[in-house]
Amino acid sequence: MNPELGQLALILALILSALQCLLPIIGAWRNNKPLMETAPSLAIGQFVFIAMAYGILTWAFWTNDFSVAYVAQNSNLALPWFYKLAAVWGAHEGSLLLWMLILNLWTVALVVLGGKLPRAFFARVIGVLGFVAFGFILYMVATSNPFGRILPAPANGADLNPVLQDPGLTFHPPLLYMGYVGFSVAFAFAIAALLGGELKATWVRWSRPWTNAAWAFLTIGIVAGSAWAYYELGWGGWWFWDPVENASFMPWLIGTALIHAQAITDKRGGLRAWTLLLSIFGFAFSLLGTFLVRSGLLTSVHAFAFAPKRGVFMLVYLAVVIGGSLALYALRAPRVTGGKSFALASRETMMLIGNLMLTVACAMVLLGTLYPLVGEALNIGRISVGPPYFGPLFLLLMTPLVLALPFGPLSRWGKADLKVWRRALVRIVALAAAAGIIGFIIGVRSWYGLLGVTAATWVMTGVALFAIKRWREAPRGKRYPFEMLGMMLAHFGIGVFIAGAILTRSLSVEQDVSMRPGAGTVVGAYTFNFKGVSEVRGPNYRAQQGTMLITRHGKPVVTLYPQKRTYPGGQVQTEAAIQAGIFRDLYVSLGDPVGDNAWSLRVYDKPFVRWIWGGGALMMLGGFVVMADKRFRLKHAIEPETVPARPDPVPRAKLAEGGA
Amino acid sequence: MKRLFAALLLACLLAPAAQALTVQQVTQATVPIDVLPFRNDAERARFRHLTGQLRCMVCQDESLLASNADFARQLRGQIFAMMQQGQSDKEIKAWLVARYSTFILYDPPLQASTIALWFGTPAILLIGGLVVAVLLRRRTRPADTITEDPGEDW
Amino acid sequence: MNESAGKPVARLVPLIAFAALVAFFVVGLVWNQTHDARFVPSPLINKPAPAFNLPRLENPTQLVSKANLLGQPYLLNVFASWCFACAEEHPTLMAYRDRFGIPLIGYDYKDAPADARGWLQKHGDPYHEVITDQSGETALDFGIYGAPETYLIDAQGIIRYKHIGPLTPAVIAKDIEPRIRELKQAGA
Repeated sequence: MNPELGQLALILALILSALQCLLPIIGAWRNNKPLMETAPSLAIGQFVFIAMAYGILTWAFWTNDFSVAYVAQNSNLALPWFYKLAAVWGAHEGSLLLWMLILNLWTVALVVLGGKLPRAFFARVIGVLGFVAFGFILYMVATSNPFGRILPAPANGADLNPVLQDPGLTFHPPLLYMGYVGFSVAFAFAIAALLGGELKATWVRWSRPWTNAAWAFLTIGIVAGSAWAYYELGWGGWWFWDPVENASFMPWLIGTALIHAQAITDKRGGLRAWTLLLSIFGFAFSLLGTFLVRSGLLTSVHAFAFAPKRGVFMLVYLAVVIGGSLALYALRAPRVTGGKSFALASRETMMLIGNLMLTVACAMVLLGTLYPLVGEALNIGRISVGPPYFGPLFLLLMTPLVLALPFGPLSRWGKADLKVWRRALVRIVALAAAAGIIGFIIGVRSWYGLLGVTAATWVMTGVALFAIKRWREAPRGKRYPFEMLGMMLAHFGIGVFIAGAILTRSLSVEQDVSMRPGAGTVVGAYTFNFKGVSEVRGPNYRAQQGTMLITRHGKPVVTLYPQKRTYPGGQVQTEAAIQAGIFRDLYVSLGDPVGDNAWSLRVYDKPFVRWIWGGGALMMLGGFVVMADKRFRLKHAIEPETVPARPDPVPRAKLAEGGA
Repeated sequence: MKRLFAALLLACLLAPAAQALTVQQVTQATVPIDVLPFRNDAERARFRHLTGQLRCMVCQDESLLASNADFARQLRGQIFAMMQQGQSDKEIKAWLVARYSTFILYDPPLQASTIALWFGTPAILLIGGLVVAVLLRRRTRPADTITEDPGEDW
Repeated sequence: MNESAGKPVARLVPLIAFAALVAFFVVGLVWNQTHDARFVPSPLINKPAPAFNLPRLENPTQLVSKANLLGQPYLLNVFASWCFACAEEHPTLMAYRDRFGIPLIGYDYKDAPADARGWLQKHGDPYHEVITDQSGETALDFGIYGAPETYLIDAQGIIRYKHIGPLTPAVIAKDIEPRIRELKQAGA
């Protein structure tokens, strides 16, 4: 397949995206049905060409077409086939193409599932997505063409960065992009609502399942990235507050605030302007993340190549898309305070507190991530901002949120129910305190670890109490609608996550040791017996492989084989060997020979580390379960809620009055 | 030259040792393992905590704890030695700052240039809190004036 | 939270905040064009150079101390045989060796002396004197974290300037020669 065809497909997609932006929006504006009806076919057409470009690039990887510069830089004859497929998004150009493909997948999903939305609104949504796509494809065509050739073609390619040769990488970027790009749907709904002057907030209900889906993908994408870092970077950490991680965490925080704000707007009609703003910001932070990562503005573990021209282009794109949206917001956001009133001790208040803390946390992360640039720009010296800044501040900001978390579901919409609060509070405090004491007895000694046990129990008890309350009060069959079930899963996931994150930190035992074959070292309840190092061969690397027998009370538990791999390009990559378990991971990394047949090794006993990702997985599951709720099913075509182009001269109600 | 040093940054993470320009043996993707004779677990924990709060000057995206750059290895040895001499974390940090500037600290000390960093978050929280408080004042009503909505029971 | 956005001004806040952010990014991108993130200014500027006592490359039994070099300004150039960027810088040093008007001292950083001697033989020796720091211990006191780095030290042993990365004719003309002139005037 000819790579130039891929470029042609990109250019055709560019033209279609321009049309997809213009025609439906003009159609909706002029109330011109045929123009509006172009939306689905243009969107699908664009998808076909982007998919074609993506397929052609994949084919070039598959067939080792090293005349394509991007393939030559990121693949190799010896690269296993599954990494060849993953290598498509292993660097800048291809990952942009993946971004585009995913945007198109979301758009096509919307075309398929959104058929019952009011036509004008639907046309605007597709038009906004076309605008987003147009900027991005233009960016690719202008600065980051993945189909460039090198002549003469090299006989073999360089290689996919070995750090990226891991199953975690295969899933991390696509999932993350599903999340990032998924926020474009909520964004498009918000902009369409602003453009069309939606008077009611019904659009929020339509956008909720999409927001939940995007949020769920983003959650699991972050989890996959964190697990990948844990396996591949080899020092047992799972979150580093690195700028690139922060870039994915900020949209997550905003997205979390957004799904709650949307619930209030959907059910109580309040916070309409705020929901609009968060919808814009969710996507803004996704784009901002892409910009920060791709412009080389920040130093990061993920060290992507500097590309000033790309940075400038991306910034212009960001300024146009988000600046334009915020200007539209300033012009057209609802002026009237809407929604029902509520009591102070109601669910609305709890959710407001949650929204406040999540948004402030996002602002804190943004401030810390960008502050080094302030130092540079103002010439007041270079400044580093890292984990000791983010960690404690995040913990402080999340404390009120975690404390309030059980009381959100337990409260009622609008009304205060202090009796329920009091009763729940007594039980939650009692159970959390009991958990703290039990934790102390079984060996958690640091205040930090005890805090973790208490906080996790606090959250989980809250969810359990709510489940019991519903079981007692609601009629059979209506006890746990999917929307509620999803909420419970996600909240419980937060409890699991807290337990994992804090217990891992306070209970982990680790040692850097030098061992000769036959030697043993005791880590916690385990004895690590080193058997020696041998040479092994992988598909595209040579490796030195250690053998470590782990025993407990003299009985063998597992044998682990940590590796140190050397790739054809000379890159050396540590591959930790991990015995994963629900309650603990045993982790061995192979270091260097330190003479006299001895090797340096790092061994860990990491209790509860799986709970970090388990909690994340529960949150993701919650997000998807919410989508299944009947509430979000569009049964029949919805009457347009926009202001009619020509309003009725005399509203019906007036006529009725006149008649009386 | 700019390009060259960009390449260097990249080299820190992934490059073959042959491309490493100014740093010895850059094999960043391997684990830094120093076998240091700690006297006890508390000392080991203190060492990990301290080096985790310091930035490697060579591979600037990593802490001294996590970096496998030769520079980081040397400084880890130095910090270990200073701990053995009984120096406090504060003294060790001061020693490092005198040589490499506060850039080496991942938690920048409070000074004129970092006021906005450290007080920015409380300020935003305060403003956000005020907005929420105003909103709550304006929108909340005593419980008995609120009508129940049977359709939205949760 | 933004229900208070009833007032038009309040609804402009997000746009204004975003505009400020974009302006800030512009500054950041410009800074990135003219600076290199890897270079961290040394806190030792205008402070006395650390004391040292290092063997000569030519004859390791002879030691050179800070006191030996006092009395006139000199350039201290950190290099190593394993350092690729040093090879890139090298022709510049060869060309400017005699144009600086002050001694150019080589500081061989974490290098085997034999390798360094071979490297200088192969590429040519621009230095008036080379001292070796094989362990890199003294380098800690200088705050050296890579190579090449170049220090300008005055007659009293005070560090006046530090450049990180390869010297180029442009850097020399802009940052080094004016300072050398200044130091010489002050000394005269």
